[in-house]
Amino acid sequence: MSDLGTDFRLDFSEPQLLKKGVSKYHIAAIIGIPLAAILFQVYVPRFFERLSYLELPLLVTVYFSLMRRSPVAGVLFGAGIGLAQDSLSHNPLGMFGIVKTLVGYFAASMSQRFDVQNAGVRLVLSFFFCFFHQFFYWVLGRALLGEALDLDLQTTLVVAVLNALVAVPLFHILDKLKVTG
Amino acid sequence: MEFFLNRYRNLTVLLVAIVAQLVLLAYQVKSNGEVRLIRVWAVSAVTPLARVIEAGRSGTVHFVRDYFVLLNVREENQRLKTDLDRTKMDNQYLRSELSTADRAKSLAIFQQQSPSKTIAAHVIGNTTGVGAKVVIVDRGTGSGVQKGMAVITPDGIVGKVTSAYPTASFVLLITDPSFAAGVISQKNHVHGTLKGQGYSTVIVDYVQNEQKVEPGEQFFTSGDDRIFPKGLPVGETTVVREGKSYKQIFVTPSGLQNGLEEVLIVTEGVHMPIPEVQPTSQPVHLQDPPPVESSDSSTTDGAPAQAPAQPPKQSGPLTTDADRLVDQYRKIGEAEKHVYGQSAGGAPNFNINLNPRPADAATAPPGAQSSASSRAQSSASPPAQSTAPLPPAAKIPGAKRP
Repeated sequence: MSDLGTDFRLDFSEPQLLKKGVSKYHIAAIIGIPLAAILFQVYVPRFFERLSYLELPLLVTVYFSLMRRSPVAGVLFGAGIGLAQDSLSHNPLGMFGIVKTLVGYFAASMSQRFDVQNAGVRLVLSFFFCFFHQFFYWVLGRALLGEALDLDLQTTLVVAVLNALVAVPLFHILDKLKVTG
Repeated sequence: MEFFLNRYRNLTVLLVAIVAQLVLLAYQVKSNGEVRLIRVWAVSAVTPLARVIEAGRSGTVHFVRDYFVLLNVREENQRLKTDLDRTKMDNQYLRSELSTADRAKSLAIFQQQSPSKTIAAHVIGNTTGVGAKVVIVDRGTGSGVQKGMAVITPDGIVGKVTSAYPTASFVLLITDPSFAAGVISQKNHVHGTLKGQGYSTVIVDYVQNEQKVEPGEQFFTSGDDRIFPKGLPVGETTVVREGKSYKQIFVTPSGLQNGLEEVLIVTEGVHMPIPEVQPTSQPVHLQDPPPVESSDSSTTDGAPAQAPAQPPKQSGPLTTDADRLVDQYRKIGEAEKHVYGQSAGGAPNFNINLNPRPADAATAPPGAQSSASSRAQSSASPPAQSTAPLPPAAKIPGAKRP
């Protein structure tokens, strides 16, 4: 049994096999999807206020980081989307940037250890990263900006669950945009 | 070094990205400024897209609305065949009502009537902050908008401009937790600071517990913050509670009640007086004065009506002590055949017992009853009712005190 586990880890950490799990996307999708996610967050909550809890830019960051399986790509995705989000908020630039950079890095790191095509794994990871995102944003706001932000744990958990529930079908749709071959 | 970078390439990239953003953040916090170039790029990139989406949305909404309006017109034409004149009148009235209620027109009317100079703007989006109440409007520095300008609607204040870019501006709504403005209550002119809470209700802080603010009272801008001109409506007080040192006053903002699509940005504010509270002018019903009762005796014997000072006749149930005293004196007058103000010999004997006990009535000889009882009452402890001084309300006109 232990041999099997060792073999599995060894096999999985093989660069060739890792390369097999990497998904590729068209450049238009890589630019357009995060932009659409940010536009959604800018525009849609005007008419459906409850949808302001939906963190599509975060879900897109998590998705691309998981599917690219490269921490460097995850860092760049996270930083780019985060800074774009920052520039459309009234907060100083860097708040979302730092948090999403970390999310991108950790998501890409975890993708090397889990089967990220599995819907259950995606659900759990999305929940974890949504909670991490909210929590770390709160920490940064208090520590770096000295803002008296409140962290309502119950609301944060509910928001994380809702985002995770949205993430599974969203990731499934985004899977269709993969470049095959 | 190269080996280190290759081995820890991922971690190095992460550290570089984090440190770079921390430096960016520190620069902004330290200099209290913002990295304008990046924001201008982002806003300029998003604004045209948001405008296109907004145009598409409003076009679709108008099309759908127009379609249903046309359906209504068709139905209305059916009814016009049955009652043409009346429907025409109704139609005319409804059209005028609709045009008056039109939001854009009311905004324009307000803009004309307001002494402050304003620019009309459309809300085209929200910003992306967590829990932030910031909206994007389609007027920027190109239209003369500057950071710190007040944003209002005819119903009340909405927020203030926190950032102005060439084509758009960010407006911090009064419901944002970081918003603050000076306000004053309408009735008692209590000063306070308006603060957002992140949801639909705002609070007025720094009002001492001793100061008087009532639920339902209106708050207006005080002009102390140098952002909002004095005299703009803020909202109505919904809840007032005593706090530790300051009152807890919850206010429903009036400017956000009817949605937020068009706003006015105040470019040159003019202070206005706080409108006075209108007194509740409810009509008070006053009953007609009672008719003067004409005395039968005075009219029959030809004497003037006011001349004899008659004790008032007790017609209804006795309601007050004065009524009871008057009634008692009237009975005493009747028992002693005394006409108040006319009989000689001063006042009647007020100490007679009008209700003798049955035993006394049986033993005492007739005629001695009144004098015996009066002596007994005057020598022994008299009842409080008979010896008590006459209250002013019970004084009978023309009667002399014994």
